[in-house]
Amino acid sequence: MKQEEIKDKLLSKFGSDMILASVDFRGQISVTVLREKILEICRYLKEDPDLAFNFLSFVAGVDWYPKTPRFEVVYQIQSLKHNHRFRVKAMLEESGDNLASIDSVVPLWPTANWHERETAEMFGITFNNHPDPRKLLLPDGWTVHPLRKDFSLYGTKEDTPDLPA
Amino acid sequence: MSQAMGQPANYRSEILELNLGPHHPSTHGVFRAVVELDGEMVVNVVSHLGYLHRGYEKTCENKHYHQVIPLAERCDYMGASSNSLVYCMAVEKLLDVEVPERAQVVRVMMAELSRIFSHLFWMGTHGHDVGAMTPLFYMLREREEIMNLFELTAGGRLMPNYLRIGGLIRDLEEGFVDKLRSFTEHFDRRVDEYETLLTKNPIYVDRTQGIGILPLEDAIAMGATGPLVRGSGLAWDIRKQEPYCGYEQYDFDVPVENGCDVYSRYLVRIAEMRQSNRILRQTLDRLPGGPIRAEKPGVIFPPQEDIYTKMESLIHHFMLVIEGLKPPVGEIYQCIESPRGELGCYIVSDGGPRPYRLKWRAPAFVNLESLANMSRGYFFADLIAILSSVDIVLAEVDR
Repeated sequence: MKQEEIKDKLLSKFGSDMILASVDFRGQISVTVLREKILEICRYLKEDPDLAFNFLSFVAGVDWYPKTPRFEVVYQIQSLKHNHRFRVKAMLEESGDNLASIDSVVPLWPTANWHERETAEMFGITFNNHPDPRKLLLPDGWTVHPLRKDFSLYGTKEDTPDLPA
Repeated sequence: MSQAMGQPANYRSEILELNLGPHHPSTHGVFRAVVELDGEMVVNVVSHLGYLHRGYEKTCENKHYHQVIPLAERCDYMGASSNSLVYCMAVEKLLDVEVPERAQVVRVMMAELSRIFSHLFWMGTHGHDVGAMTPLFYMLREREEIMNLFELTAGGRLMPNYLRIGGLIRDLEEGFVDKLRSFTEHFDRRVDEYETLLTKNPIYVDRTQGIGILPLEDAIAMGATGPLVRGSGLAWDIRKQEPYCGYEQYDFDVPVENGCDVYSRYLVRIAEMRQSNRILRQTLDRLPGGPIRAEKPGVIFPPQEDIYTKMESLIHHFMLVIEGLKPPVGEIYQCIESPRGELGCYIVSDGGPRPYRLKWRAPAFVNLESLANMSRGYFFADLIAILSSVDIVLAEVDR
């Protein structure tokens, strides 16, 4: 299926209330969807026989600081059956002390487990109902999120005490 | 059972947690796993990563586009050219730059050499892990030849750092083509030699056949790619599915095995080395003349000799070094078939001279996720064989 057709299929199924935006860049389309509906939309993408996105390449975060909504979670998916790829995104926002949150897609693609753990610790995003919400790459004691844009490249003595000065 | 063995009636069993690594020869770096054992049987494996985490993605976001290339090669130092290839291709796609034919063919050469390079070292250390000491010495002999080839044309032995955005840094060194041809002529016989050491060796077969079963549906669900998924019966190779660098013009097969076990992954990698050699021979026959870098002033570095003779080229070079190249706003995902599987690079550009966000889809990282899945129910000693069959490079796992 062509990227354009996948986008149209999503739009006709969910409507513009849930499919918020789409960008076409050099033949790769990314679609921004409603954060609350991510699991539902991903389930459709995986289970619809014409789409059959049975393979998740990665989950990544993007920090658009100081814009709002601040975070973006990116899902790069692929169908091994039809040999097509697609990209789905959702925008997230923090409110006060509460971290931004989105539903985990581990029930659909178990490989998301480590990708989401990494995104969670690097950006400070909570993945709801994640089966194993521990840190993955960073030391357990760290409270900072290094891939955020307001985190300095070198860290600070207080935040990252285990780094060499 | 316990009664028959003469155990007392109040015989008690419990799960033992054993720490493996981070400093252990079989972990190929600094990987730590807490293994839950019932007797000698593996009940679960909990991986602890991050001992080699260097903040690769964060560092890249603070470098100019050109400065990322050497960093990328240090991610997976076993298949260094594959890494720079995927990164350069991603940036070229952002910039919409067409790479000249000669550079494409040389890139395929470098990528396939690095695949053989990586598989050779894997096979040597894998043999070592299951108790076969000899193969490593044979593998290192051919690996040395490849390193000499890299050194001849690029200067670097382990990390050639030879690819550039838009093409290559310089043309092939004189004598490279002849040396590569003589390598491809004898390499198939060398692979036969490796096979006599392991393929029908009863000790090796006993240690690997039926061990570390990863059914195909689990492999797909866990995102496994490369020899892992091909050893589980799916002929999935990005070089065939979404050809890049002109791979559609080469004649080669995708080796598949249906055993889903460690032995199948071994057979797949052996066959892949032969196929890579086949591709290498075709690159030598095909190698066209012409430029080795795309021409796009202000975006791609001008040829070295022009910098000394032409004013405009000097200015472009200066501006590229000082200000960096500025791709348009957009985002790109580019992936290739690295020795370990789907190696992907996702770049978000905000129009500035540095990647706004760079996500590295490291195949070893994702493949390692299936470790617990593959090792449950096998002996602890098998865990070493299974871990080694994943072919991890810790620098790439932790980034």
